[in-house]
Amino acid sequence: MDKPVNQKAWLLVLPVLVLVSFSAIIPLMTVVNYSVQDTFGQNQFFWSGLTWFSDMLASDRMWDALARQVAFSLIILAIEVPLGIIVAINMPKSGVKASVCLVLMSLPLLIPWNVVGTIWQIFGRTDIGLLGYTLDAVGIDFNYTQGFYSAWATLIVMDVWHWTSLVALLAYAGLQSIPGAYYQAAKIDQASRWAVFRYIELPKMSGVLTIAILLRFMDSFKIYTEPFVVTGGGPGNATTLLSIDLVKMALGQFDLGKAGAFSIMYFLVILLVSWVFYTVMTNLDKRDGR
Amino acid sequence: MAKITLDNLAHSYLPAPKGPEDWALKEMNHVWGDGEAYALLGASGCGKSTLLNIISGLVHPSQGRILFDDQDVTAQTTAARNIAQVFQFPVVYDTITVRDNLAFPLRNRRAPAQYVAERVQSIAQMIGMEDTLDRKARGLTADAKQKISLGRGMVREDVNALLFDEPLTVIDPHMKWELRTQLKALHHEFGHTMIYVTHDQTEALTFADKVVVMHDGRVVQVGTPEELFERPAHTFVGYFIGSPGMNLLDAQVEGDRAIVDGTEIPLGADYGRPGGRVQIGVRPEFVSLSTSGAGLPVRLSRVEDVGRHKVVRCDHEGTQINAIAAEGAEVPADLSRVEFVPDAVNVYSDDWRVAPKTSNREAA
Repeated sequence: MDKPVNQKAWLLVLPVLVLVSFSAIIPLMTVVNYSVQDTFGQNQFFWSGLTWFSDMLASDRMWDALARQVAFSLIILAIEVPLGIIVAINMPKSGVKASVCLVLMSLPLLIPWNVVGTIWQIFGRTDIGLLGYTLDAVGIDFNYTQGFYSAWATLIVMDVWHWTSLVALLAYAGLQSIPGAYYQAAKIDQASRWAVFRYIELPKMSGVLTIAILLRFMDSFKIYTEPFVVTGGGPGNATTLLSIDLVKMALGQFDLGKAGAFSIMYFLVILLVSWVFYTVMTNLDKRDGR
Repeated sequence: MAKITLDNLAHSYLPAPKGPEDWALKEMNHVWGDGEAYALLGASGCGKSTLLNIISGLVHPSQGRILFDDQDVTAQTTAARNIAQVFQFPVVYDTITVRDNLAFPLRNRRAPAQYVAERVQSIAQMIGMEDTLDRKARGLTADAKQKISLGRGMVREDVNALLFDEPLTVIDPHMKWELRTQLKALHHEFGHTMIYVTHDQTEALTFADKVVVMHDGRVVQVGTPEELFERPAHTFVGYFIGSPGMNLLDAQVEGDRAIVDGTEIPLGADYGRPGGRVQIGVRPEFVSLSTSGAGLPVRLSRVEDVGRHKVVRCDHEGTQINAIAAEGAEVPADLSRVEFVPDAVNVYSDDWRVAPKTSNREAA
């Protein structure tokens, strides 16, 4: 059968193309532009090739920030995913209680990043903050502006508080889709609680968990506002994650070329990791299906 | 294997049931004989799945007791009751192989590996899945998955009872026959007590030694397929079993005669003078057509040829009367009367069958 050919159909794509250009492609291209040029001021730019990229790849500063970033993402994933699953499994399955739980769980997700940062910034202060004061009072040396571990612990607990709900809600949706007959059959087969989780709940949740992990990875890898408000990257460089470092470089030092190269590599890393993760997960699915 | 006794059992899904309509299962006393194959037949929503789930322990009854042999198991968990149940829609453990699926109930009960392997092999042979044993269960078709569910139900030899909740709904018609035959063969071989819930009368009548018909939360009749066909104890049984179901006509009954709108209809026995709402019921198989003479006046509305025979639909003053005529038989266009075989006419009072006082039917 001959397919009808009508080139006018391109016109239908045009509005989206224009929108995406202004919202994503053009801003990204300006960054690309900065990353391959150098300037001595007066808005005079000249071509510098890939110098900024090789400079950045040789810079310990970026590798350190990347290492901190990877550590941060892995730690929060390792806490939020299992915790979210546990919360989802223990949530009421129906009725008023379920609705109350769902609303309460969604609340942290509705709070703006900046406000979350401010809440924890105050909460953790040793002079007026409930958490900081209490910890200090019971003799724990807690001070997120001074101590490396205190700063990291604050950031991690804050992220867990903010985002575990997301994982829990997604996992809950996955659990809700399991027909009651599965649990009944498991009872009849005398399956242990662990077996029910391992062979029924986890497989049924695997789809939404893939999405949850992907979302949490991307989001945590880009995190900026909350650590900026709480620790500002300190003490020293202890909590200078990639975004914070990038902003320092671009806006603090006005190193546009380096920052441009940094941005592009940062973007590529997120893209690459997400793509690899997604491909691996969907292929595992397909292989099982055969 | 056990005899299952239901003692004053009733169930309501509401916390505080008031009227009879609040009870999904009305009070019942019933004994399921050891090693018999029962079909639990009824329309959707009549409480048959509730009853099954109460027997398996998935639902706790509002009142009454369940006994396996003479032991009260009402408070026991599903696992402790040691029963197997197969559900309407396939339940398989997606991420493990067919072999592990079949072995799952045995391994959970810590059966020795050697025994597990042998059982799995023989069950796989029975359900015809030997060559897919090492595949993951995930990608299989619905009927393959349901066969695994059936297999998992049958893999334990020592179960007290095997319960099936409309297990063949998702299976292809030709496979249905095969699996049903295998279930029956299995029953003959091992003699498990089996309860098979279905709303398909063919399935019920071919599977079971005894059919338990439920209607509106009640067991209305327990009997062999012949008994259900010839002497339905309740108008629902007459209507539900048979295709088309039994013809029912409001009548006055006096002794061995019934009067329907002034027409006298002879009965096979003396029924006295039953009270309440009196109806006579006769199966379409025992209705004969005539163009003149005695019988109930009717108008012919249509004839449906179903292949093996014809279904003749007639109308008697707004009440439909169905008759079955042989495939070759001529249906007269000027059909005006139907006659009933006297012995095949049953009398009902308020929907329940009235037993004849003297019967010449048994003697015949």
